Amino acid sequence: MLQINNLHASVEGNEILRGVDLTVNAGEVHAIMGPNGSGKSTLAQILAGHPAYEVTEGSVTYEGRDLLDMDPEERARAGVFLAFQYPVEIRGITNAYFLRAAVNATRKARGLDELDTIDFLDVLDEKLKSIGWDDSFMNRPVNEGFSGGEKKRNEILQMAVLEPKLAILDETDSGLDIDALKTVAEAVNKLRRPDNATIVVTHYQRLLNYITPDFVHVLASGKIVKSGGKELALELEARGYDWVKDEAA
Amino acid sequence: MTSIETHVTQPYKYGWTTDIESETVPAGLSEDIIRLISAKKGEPEWLLEWRLKAYRHWVTMTEPTWANVKYPPIDYQAIHYYAAPRRDKAAKSLDEVDPKLLETFEKLGIPISEQKRLAGVAVDAVFDSVSVATTFKETLKEAGVIFLPFSEAVREHPDLVRRYLGSVVPYNDNYFAALNSAVFTDGSFAYVPKGVRCPMELSTYFRINAMATGQFERTLIVAEEGAYVSYLEGCSAPMRDENQLHAAVVELVALDDAQIKYSTVQNWYPGDEEGKGGIYNFVTKRGKCAGVNSKISWTQVETGSAITWKYPGCILQGDNSIGEFYSVAVTNNRQQADTGTKMIHIGKNTRSTIVSKGISAGKSQNTYRGQVKIMKGAAGARNYSQCDSMLIGDQCGAHTFPYIDVRNSTAIMEHEASTSKIGEDQIFYCQQRGLSAEDAVSMIVNGFCKEVFKELPMEFAVEAQNLLGISLEGSVG
Repeated sequence: MLQINNLHASVEGNEILRGVDLTVNAGEVHAIMGPNGSGKSTLAQILAGHPAYEVTEGSVTYEGRDLLDMDPEERARAGVFLAFQYPVEIRGITNAYFLRAAVNATRKARGLDELDTIDFLDVLDEKLKSIGWDDSFMNRPVNEGFSGGEKKRNEILQMAVLEPKLAILDETDSGLDIDALKTVAEAVNKLRRPDNATIVVTHYQRLLNYITPDFVHVLASGKIVKSGGKELALELEARGYDWVKDEAA
Repeated sequence: MTSIETHVTQPYKYGWTTDIESETVPAGLSEDIIRLISAKKGEPEWLLEWRLKAYRHWVTMTEPTWANVKYPPIDYQAIHYYAAPRRDKAAKSLDEVDPKLLETFEKLGIPISEQKRLAGVAVDAVFDSVSVATTFKETLKEAGVIFLPFSEAVREHPDLVRRYLGSVVPYNDNYFAALNSAVFTDGSFAYVPKGVRCPMELSTYFRINAMATGQFERTLIVAEEGAYVSYLEGCSAPMRDENQLHAAVVELVALDDAQIKYSTVQNWYPGDEEGKGGIYNFVTKRGKCAGVNSKISWTQVETGSAITWKYPGCILQGDNSIGEFYSVAVTNNRQQADTGTKMIHIGKNTRSTIVSKGISAGKSQNTYRGQVKIMKGAAGARNYSQCDSMLIGDQCGAHTFPYIDVRNSTAIMEHEASTSKIGEDQIFYCQQRGLSAEDAVSMIVNGFCKEVFKELPMEFAVEAQNLLGISLEGSVG
C-alpha cells in the first residue's frame, strides 16, 4: 500500500528526515516510536502533504501513485487520513456540517452522488453505533471549546466516518487519561479491516497495550534505526531510547 | 513564499455596462444645478428650498478626515449630479420601460418583469439617478403599504414625506449627508401604517451605470404604531478606472411597538487589484426608535466599494426600545473600510446589541468604529458589543475603535473583541479531510460570520455566503 524510500525532508532549511525507508501493507498496523525531535510528527505531516515541509530526496508511493505529487486534498480523497496531534478549531461550523462537506468532497472525487443532510445523518448514525459512541459532538462547532481529550476523540470519530485506507494517528494518546485512551483505542480496533492499514505515531508504549502493532519502528535523528515486532515497544519502555541510538551509531 | 501570500482576484462579476442613451446635467455643483435637478423632477417649492438650505450649509463645511481611510481629494465640480436613461415620458407600467433596462436588472439577477418576479419580494430598481420600476405596487396598496420611488412619493404623498424627511438625519448632519440633501435624485420611500405587518419583503436595487456620475439616493422608511417591515438593499456598478462617489442617506422611523429590519448586501465595484477605480461609498444611515417598545435592526454585508465610510446607527428614544447592528465587512486587495455603528440610548431600559465581523485579506484595511452613548435619562440601559476581526495573509490590517460614553450609572455595558487569523494549519486541516483550499477558506469565513448571516432573510443569507466566497476567491492560493 505504502512504500517510503530514502525520504529526506526539511523545514525552513533544517533537515529533519534523513533517509526514511518504510513499507506498509494492507491489514497491518505499524507503530513509529522515538524520542522528542526525532521526526515522527514530521513524517506524519509529510505523508498528509503539509506545505511547510520540503521533501529534498526520496520517494513515497501510495497504491502505485506518487504520493508526493498529490495535493493534500487529493491524498485525503484517495484514502489517506491524518489524526492530528493538535486538531484545529473552526468557529461556527458544526461537526456534522464539516463531516458532510468532507464526505461529499471525497464522494464527488470518486464520481459518487453527494449525500444530502438526511442520508448523511443515517450514515453518521450507523458509524457512531459501530464504534459505540453517541452523537453529542455532532452539533458542536468543530473542536471549539473541546477539551484535549475531546479533540482527540473527535479525530477518531472523523476517521470512522471517512473510512480511510491508510490512517496515520499522530500522538493521539497524548493528553488522554487512561479511560479516554481505552475508548479511543477500542474505536481504532473496531475500524481495522484487512484492506486498510494504520500507522500509529507515539512516544509511549501504553497506547500499544490497546492497539497491538504488527511492527514497531524506532525513529531517531530522522532515520528508522531499529524495527521489530510488538515486543520491541516493551523493551523501549523498559530501557529507553539511548541503547537503540548507541546500537545504531 | 507561502501559499497564503499568493493573491489573485477573481474579476468582478457585475462590471459590465448597459449601452443606453442617458440624459445628464452638466458636471459640477451650484445652486443652478440644484434648481435644474429639482425642476427635472417636478418638485414642489418646499423641497427645492430644503435642498438649497442644505447646499448653502454644505459649502461652509469641510470634508471629514477622521476616518481611517486614505484617498486623493475629490473634485466635486467634476461629478455629474444627475443621470437618467433618456425617455420621452414616464413609464406608466412595465410594458413602457425600456427593455434594455429590464435586461440590465435581469442580468443582475433582479427580475422585475411580470413573469419572473421574486416571490414574496417587492423590488424598486434604481438605475443611476432614477427609479426604473417598482414591483407589486398593487398588492402592497391593498395592505395599505406605500412603497414608491422617492420622487413619486414626493408627488403623491407630499405631507408624509415632508413630515419625516430630515427628521432623523438633518440636512446639516455631516458633510456627505448635507451633499446628499442638496442633490439627492431618487431612492425609495416606504410607509407601513398602524398595525400593519408588511406582507412581503421590500427591496431596492441600486445600479450605477453612467460614467463620472455620482449616485445620491435617499431612502425613507416609516413604520407606524405596531407596524412591521423588512427591507433589503442591494447594489452594484460597472468596472471603471476612475472612482465614483456614492453618498446616500437612509432614514428609518419606528413609532410605538413598531419594528424595522433593514438588511444590506453591498457589492459596489471595489476597484482592481492595484486599487484603481471603485466606488467611494460614503453613506449616512440612521434609525430612530421614536416610540416605546420599538425596534430597529441593521444587518449589513459589505463586500464591495474601494472605500466604505458607513455607520448605521439607532437613536433609542422610546422607553424599552431596541437597536441592533449585525455587520460583516470584507476587504480584499486595496479596499478600505471604516464602518461600525452608533447607538444613542435616550429612553429608559433601552437595549442595543452590536455584532461586528471584519475580514481583511490582501493589502486591505478594515476598521470597526462604534459609538455607544448612554444619556442621563437612560436608566437601566444595556449594551452588548462584540467585535471580531479575521486576517487572511500578513499584509492587511484590522483596527477597532470603540467609543463608550456612559452618563447614567445604572447602565450595563459589555464589550468583547477578538482577532484571529486564518492560518495555513486551519486550511491544511480542512484539506486533509478532502476539502479544497478555496472551500476551506469559504467554510472558515462563513463559520466566522454565522451570527450575522442568521439575521439575514433566508434567500439573502445564501446570496451573502456566495458573495463572500467570490470576494475572497484567490485570497488564499
